[in-house]
Amino acid sequence: MTFLGGRRGLAVLAAVLVAVAAIVWLVWPSDGPPQGEDVVIPVVDGPADDQKVLIDASYFAPAGGGKAPAVLLGHGFGGSKDSVRDQAGQLAEQGYAVLTWSARGFGRSTGEIALNSPDYEVKDVRQLIDWLAKKPGVLLDAAGDPRVGMAGGSYGGAIALMTAANDPRVDAIAPSITWYDLADALFPEASGAGPAQGVFKKMWAGIFFSAGGSGLNPSTQADGLARLLSGSSGQPAPDGITPEQAQCGRFLPAICTVYQEIAATGKATPEAIELLRRSSPVSVQGRIKVPSLIIQGQRDSLFPLGHADLNAKAIAATGAPVEVAWIAGGHDGGDAEADFVLAQTLNWFDAHLKKSGAATGEGFTVSRDGGRDPGTRQNVLLHAEGAAYAGLGGTVTTRLDLLGPDQEVATPPGGSPAAISSVPGLGSLLGGGAGGGGSAGASLDLPGQVATFQTRPLDTALTVTGSPTAEIKVYGEGEVTLFAKLYDAASGQLAVLPGGLAAPLRVTATPAGTPVKVALPAIDRRVEPGHVLRLSVTTTDMAYALPSQPSVHRVGLGSTTLTMPVDAGLAAPVTGPAWWTWAFPLVSVLAAAVILLTGRPRRAAIAPDAALAEVPLEITGLTKHYKNGHRAVDDLSFRVEKGQVLGLLGPNGAGKTTTMRMMMGLIHPDEGEIRIFGEKVVPGAPVLSRLGSFVEGPGFLPHLTGRDNLKLYWQATGRPAADAHMEEALEIAGLGAAVERPTRTYSQGMRQRLAIAQAMLGLPDLLVLDEPTNGLDPPQIAEMRRVLRAYATKGRTVIVSSHLLGEVEQTCSHAVVMHRGRLVSAGPVTELLSRGALNGSTRLEDVFLDLIGEKA
Amino acid sequence: MTATGYAPGRTLPLRVEFVRQFRRRRTMVMFALLAALPWILVIAFQFGPNNNRGGGNGLRISDLATEGGLNFAAFALSVSASFLLMVAVALFCGDTVASEANWSSLRYLLAAPIPRDRLLRQKLIVALTYSAAAVTVVPVMAVVAGTIAFGWHDIRVPGTGELIPAADVLPKFGIVILYAMVSNLVVASLAFLLSVSTDSPLGAVGGAVGLVIVSTILQAVEALGGLREFLPTFWNTAWLDALAPVPDYSGMIKGAAVAVTYAAVLLAFAFRRFRRKDVVS
Repeated sequence: MTFLGGRRGLAVLAAVLVAVAAIVWLVWPSDGPPQGEDVVIPVVDGPADDQKVLIDASYFAPAGGGKAPAVLLGHGFGGSKDSVRDQAGQLAEQGYAVLTWSARGFGRSTGEIALNSPDYEVKDVRQLIDWLAKKPGVLLDAAGDPRVGMAGGSYGGAIALMTAANDPRVDAIAPSITWYDLADALFPEASGAGPAQGVFKKMWAGIFFSAGGSGLNPSTQADGLARLLSGSSGQPAPDGITPEQAQCGRFLPAICTVYQEIAATGKATPEAIELLRRSSPVSVQGRIKVPSLIIQGQRDSLFPLGHADLNAKAIAATGAPVEVAWIAGGHDGGDAEADFVLAQTLNWFDAHLKKSGAATGEGFTVSRDGGRDPGTRQNVLLHAEGAAYAGLGGTVTTRLDLLGPDQEVATPPGGSPAAISSVPGLGSLLGGGAGGGGSAGASLDLPGQVATFQTRPLDTALTVTGSPTAEIKVYGEGEVTLFAKLYDAASGQLAVLPGGLAAPLRVTATPAGTPVKVALPAIDRRVEPGHVLRLSVTTTDMAYALPSQPSVHRVGLGSTTLTMPVDAGLAAPVTGPAWWTWAFPLVSVLAAAVILLTGRPRRAAIAPDAALAEVPLEITGLTKHYKNGHRAVDDLSFRVEKGQVLGLLGPNGAGKTTTMRMMMGLIHPDEGEIRIFGEKVVPGAPVLSRLGSFVEGPGFLPHLTGRDNLKLYWQATGRPAADAHMEEALEIAGLGAAVERPTRTYSQGMRQRLAIAQAMLGLPDLLVLDEPTNGLDPPQIAEMRRVLRAYATKGRTVIVSSHLLGEVEQTCSHAVVMHRGRLVSAGPVTELLSRGALNGSTRLEDVFLDLIGEKA
Repeated sequence: MTATGYAPGRTLPLRVEFVRQFRRRRTMVMFALLAALPWILVIAFQFGPNNNRGGGNGLRISDLATEGGLNFAAFALSVSASFLLMVAVALFCGDTVASEANWSSLRYLLAAPIPRDRLLRQKLIVALTYSAAAVTVVPVMAVVAGTIAFGWHDIRVPGTGELIPAADVLPKFGIVILYAMVSNLVVASLAFLLSVSTDSPLGAVGGAVGLVIVSTILQAVEALGGLREFLPTFWNTAWLDALAPVPDYSGMIKGAAVAVTYAAVLLAFAFRRFRRKDVVS
């Protein structure tokens, strides 16, 4: 039987093809998202509504046609409408009319960057909404008032907030990683002193402004970040740049001037704060009254989680529904969770624009490290969900005791060398593995510049969600800039600074000690039992503007209490074992049972025939076809009586061996049956225990000796060792000392004799031998004939097949002649010979040739 | 009527099949190789040029092999589980019936007669027992060799470098070995199915190993996404999670489920096929 033969082979092939087709269908790339239609929308803005600007936009018609709510999708700082093309296509596929645009001063849009000012960008976007109201595919709430939501990240998120405050036509917003107060973002101060006392975040500010400064050549469409990394020197300077342009890029001159000033001094002037706040939701508190999904990043030293908190609180105060999500990544890198953000945004717009889907009901979602996926070995994120956003203070707080003496900290001259907490724009390079839940980060503090205070090792795990608070005291003279960080530390491991975040402080020290309440950066982190929390207060941070004068101060604890906010309502969705882990094995075991039960041989008509109990062999109507259609055995019937030595005679291919194999239950007959002592032969029929056989050559384990082969064979039959008559059998084999050698060393004749001896083990009542004298020398042949004749005398029966006529003539009492699978003649050998005499020859050879019809 | 003393339920006792298989050179060589592997690794670590380890971050399992006997055993298992043990299992299960067919001894066993289901069952039990022994011998020998060479210490976890007390880890090692056995069930059952389908032992063993190779290649195709979870080799390294400070059994549960799913169907096909087969070898 070939391995893949016949119909079963076809079925296997079909199954494989179906499986391959299914896989191909599953992984075949689907058609790309809809391609937008490029449009240029002229708008008029400026404080006096007199500046004409051309906005480069792309409109994506909703998939499925009809009227659909619109989504305005903004891009990040330094990007253009092309940066959000993919998301726009995906939103359009979900049935939204999507408009993306390059903000003024970016991409191919004209005009200058005004940082989402209500006088400029906001006015532009209001006119984009006007434009949308005229599109036939956009659903209208009223004439000129389309149903519109706004989404976008960073700069694009801020415009969503600012527009929602200034245009009542906006129905829902989903801003991500954006600011509440740009002045506070650039001049943070963690004790609440405000941006006027804030520490200048110089690296981020520099990147921010250089991103707006490059791209003077309007045809340059490179991605903002790529431009950041390649550096401006990588691009040839466009011709005809004025000195003013070289300095200010595409910024509005007023903004440029303010930036020059603050960057030079590192101090926020009232004018600068005023200007930055005009572009910030802080200036429009209470005016954003639409459903808002606020998404913020945990790895974001530019716009930390506190900005989202203030946005959410301001909007929630108006009574509008607000949900908050903290994703893993942010401006400092990590996993930006683009798919999650898109899914959340869609969900939000489905609920508040389409009003079809139900809102998730989860007011607060936090992405947490889910460890490694056991299959892919990639870090995965879990999304812990809570019914309501609790704010940075948590629903409950845990107080821990901080320990540590007062310590001297030095401010180095020129602010160098400086500690590193995050490297803006490159944060992910610093934080160990990218992703990783987005809250792991390595950090470097310099000795001599840092005071550390530690808790005792935690007894139980503590999950901090929000902004921990502590109180320190600063002793000395004059003003000092400090940075407070809260590490998760354990022995034998590098301490981890969650999110790579530091809280900057500007403190006026006094000899008696100035108490400072520090709001540490908001984080979400599980601190394992045995770990300690370490409060580090350092004088430097690479990302910030530092004083250039050296000084030394002493830092101690103002209070030993470290307050850790905990959100008890947050819980990761319980994921039990995947459903298929129990379903598949169950189905498979059931399938296995079906496969086995349907494959059972039919047990009908197996009753022994009592009348034949003393008849060693009766074959009736036996037929066997092979796969190729060849009839090996064709309607064969004969009977063998006790005490006979029967010769099964026929030329090669007559079907002798096939018949013998069917006698042994190795081959299933197609028709007819074989009965041995009245019992029907089926595979493994117990009556076969009365049959000894040697068919088509010996079969031994080559590594075992002749004796061991016979011994183990007999043990395999499970019969008593005494019944084997082992020594008699070995005598017949006549191998002498060779029985103790492995059979692989035997000659053909030795194996042959051992195999016949094996067939005789237990002295079976019926002995079936296929060409037993093949390979034996003449004396051995003579001996074999004697043995076989003697074997039959004790009421036992022997069947010998041969194609050698002389063999049968000299050994057998009876003969069955087969030719091409059919019975030609059966009877005593003497009868055959006498029949031959009638034809003039008493040689069996002539009789045989006559019988098979091939006589010359 | 049967011959005196014959009972189908007494044919091919397990002891006999164990002896028949054990005296084979193939079995001996495989076990000798598996038992020697940890010692070879010990020598490699002892005499190889000393690599200075890279910092505390990103400690790999190979960096930690010389920390102690248990760490060494984890390393030995990690380097052998993916291929060597799999080949051993494929050998014991793929060779068992096909080699009998190849030697022509199968027909005499069947005519003895050993009922076909029983023959297959006994052979399967013996083959799986040898496979289990093969899977066990590497880590056990590695613990012995590693402890002699590097001492008996707590286990240090790759990645974070945390220490887990040896006493806590030993039962987990049992789970790991058990899982290594279960995850090899797919290879075992496929090899067994091929073994009853062909007369060539090499074909059966090679076919099963080939499947593993194909599955490993498919595993690298990211485009298959979640479908890869159902590849028979996908969860082969899930046992690493059992040695983590916070053991995660979800991957092992999935891996065991996949293995059992494949194995049950493949073995059922093996029995069905063998019952109906015309033994012509």
